[in-house]
Amino acid sequence: MRGVRSAISAAWWRLLTVFGLSPERWRGLSPLTRRAVIAFTWAGIALALVGFLGVWKISALAIAAVVLLVIVPPYKRLVIRGRRVGRYIVPVAVLAIAVAYPYYASSGGSVNPGLPQLPIFGPFPQMSTMVGMGVFAMMALGLNFVVGYAGLLDLGYVAFYAMGSYMAGWFASSQFAKQDIKFGAVGVVPGTTGFHFSMWLVLLMAGIATAIIGVIIGLPTLRLRGDYLAIVTLGFGEIMPQIARNGDNLFGTGFNLTNGTGGITPIDGPGFGHWLHHNLHLPSQYLTLGTNADRAFFWTALAMVLVTIFVSARLRDSRLGRAWIAIREDEVAAAAMGVPLMRTKTWAYATGAFFGGVAGAYYASYVGGAFPDSFFFQISVFILCMVILGGMGNIWGVIFGACFLTYLNLEGLSNIGAWLNNHFGPGGSDVQVWHSPLDVPKYAYGIYGIILVVVMLFRPEGLIPSSRRAAEFHEGVHDEPLYDVVTE
Amino acid sequence: MTEPLLATQQLRKEFGGLVAVDDVDFTVPENGIVSLIGPNGAGKTTFFNMLTGVYKPSAGRVVFAGEDMTGKPPHAFTHRGIGRTFQNIRLFQNMTALENVLVGMHVRLKGNLFEAIVRTPRVRKEEAAARKRARELLEFSGLVRKDGVIGRNLSYGDQRRLEVARALATEPKLLLLDEPTAGMNPQETADFTSFVVRLRKERSLSVLLIEHDMRVVMEISDRVTVLDYGELIAQGTPQEIQKNERVIEAYLGAAAVSS
Repeated sequence: MRGVRSAISAAWWRLLTVFGLSPERWRGLSPLTRRAVIAFTWAGIALALVGFLGVWKISALAIAAVVLLVIVPPYKRLVIRGRRVGRYIVPVAVLAIAVAYPYYASSGGSVNPGLPQLPIFGPFPQMSTMVGMGVFAMMALGLNFVVGYAGLLDLGYVAFYAMGSYMAGWFASSQFAKQDIKFGAVGVVPGTTGFHFSMWLVLLMAGIATAIIGVIIGLPTLRLRGDYLAIVTLGFGEIMPQIARNGDNLFGTGFNLTNGTGGITPIDGPGFGHWLHHNLHLPSQYLTLGTNADRAFFWTALAMVLVTIFVSARLRDSRLGRAWIAIREDEVAAAAMGVPLMRTKTWAYATGAFFGGVAGAYYASYVGGAFPDSFFFQISVFILCMVILGGMGNIWGVIFGACFLTYLNLEGLSNIGAWLNNHFGPGGSDVQVWHSPLDVPKYAYGIYGIILVVVMLFRPEGLIPSSRRAAEFHEGVHDEPLYDVVTE
Repeated sequence: MTEPLLATQQLRKEFGGLVAVDDVDFTVPENGIVSLIGPNGAGKTTFFNMLTGVYKPSAGRVVFAGEDMTGKPPHAFTHRGIGRTFQNIRLFQNMTALENVLVGMHVRLKGNLFEAIVRTPRVRKEEAAARKRARELLEFSGLVRKDGVIGRNLSYGDQRRLEVARALATEPKLLLLDEPTAGMNPQETADFTSFVVRLRKERSLSVLLIEHDMRVVMEISDRVTVLDYGELIAQGTPQEIQKNERVIEAYLGAAAVSS
């Protein structure tokens, strides 16, 4: 593999040398110049793609400008009064674009008004996709605590997603119709019974309940190492959806916990109520906003992702975060240096579970129900793919991985399929290669598998790796097993 | 005589049918330097691993500072005051020197998850103090201006020094060194020997070391203990051990004694 790569790069250099740019001269340039050249090259490629293959519009220039803004790194060194302001510029730019995006995107149906069509990928993502991206970014960041920081392979993360969704189902719907407790919920149809708590409270409750489930699952399983842990978490990831599917008659007592295969629906939407609506103009109910509902859901998801990023960064640079990384690097040495293995791993698990639970509850509220068929094993793998693709342990990498894969899953693959069929399908504009339309989304998991294999072969540390993780993949970690390390 | 800092009673470890450590009674006195020697495969490192909780003994007890530690997890040993290094250096290879030392301070710091998220003034102060102390420790161990260097990129001698600094960060009463001078040249070995003596004097530490370099052993040890096939075959001052027939036999074979 390395041979192929070096051959490709040698070919490139030969080409560039023809134009007067030898490797020596390139290395002689200042790092700033080098990075600027790289950034402009990318922006140029983006412009060329939009210009020649897509629709040429003034907004294409804006896209190129955005690409430039995001990847020109010299900002990073900007220092004002001793504070390294520079490193916030790119995140703030990305955030500004994300916040403004709903004003340019369509809320479904028609083609996005303000944005050009991209070649191959088609229109820019719709708002519903953007909400999904936010939710999955949060979940992937949660899993990143477990896989990226503490280095524990968890193949059953979907259990936490399911738990969060059902928490929303229990405390914000009419599932338990014999009870009648309402607490701050908005938009409840008058006359309905059941628990109706404010969605914000439900999110918090879901997080805490899921974290507790995480601890309960963690205590017996986290004694195991490596592959064994993966297998047991896989088991738990299967158990939770099965309980959900068969929980309409729990242990034959007739107690309906999960409403079986039908799932729990409808679930209340979030909202800020009349008082805040009146005084701060926050939406009183999201679900009554009509076509603007997705915007409100998206901005809320964005806020939750920001909180997750904040917590991730703070914990990474703390005593606990150091202990997680130490365990990932060398479990035995970490234990000998006084890191309590069980407790530290359980914290990682509980933190990851918390965010999985909150994201699950929020998504349930968005789609308006908790359905057992959305908690298959694939989801665990899907979220794990996001973490691996983006770069384990790196917050920005994980978010990128989550956004990209969620986009492909919800919208991208069908757009790409449409493009392929238009050009190569029956009656296609270019060469006709196949004769019946190709259903690309059907091959989704095959495509993700290929992406994963390619990433693992060519860039095992992920697309945007943390420097530490990159080193581990190339140098390996020192972690020989011992016979009976005593844990807690 | 005062109570020893560390004592083992009939300590035993079996791996399947193999007896790696065979009913060893052993003590380390307060503020003493004790060497553990023996041919390869004598069970020295296994013994060490039991003294730090990495292995659970098959039988027998480990008593540290008057407390029965048998069967406790490794971090409990560290918490009570046993610090260690490893025979084949086990640094956190991809963390900086400073971070390595900070991990060593784990048991002496208190900041928990919620405090870390909010970053309370207490945690801020604690972290700043820890960083300052970690830098001092690095300097004390001879790693000047190496805080930001990734563990893997340090030279071999510096990696050994960093392991000691990391062990010292746990604030041990007893420091276990597993073949600390392996792979060092004579100059580095001499430096290291005086460093260990300094540790005892300035930090009133007790030291237990596994060592193959007999010059180091004879120079700094108060007492020497010899293991062979998991059995304790001799114990005494360096001079006594040099003359002990069973020791010579274990190292050089029976023929050397009879001739």
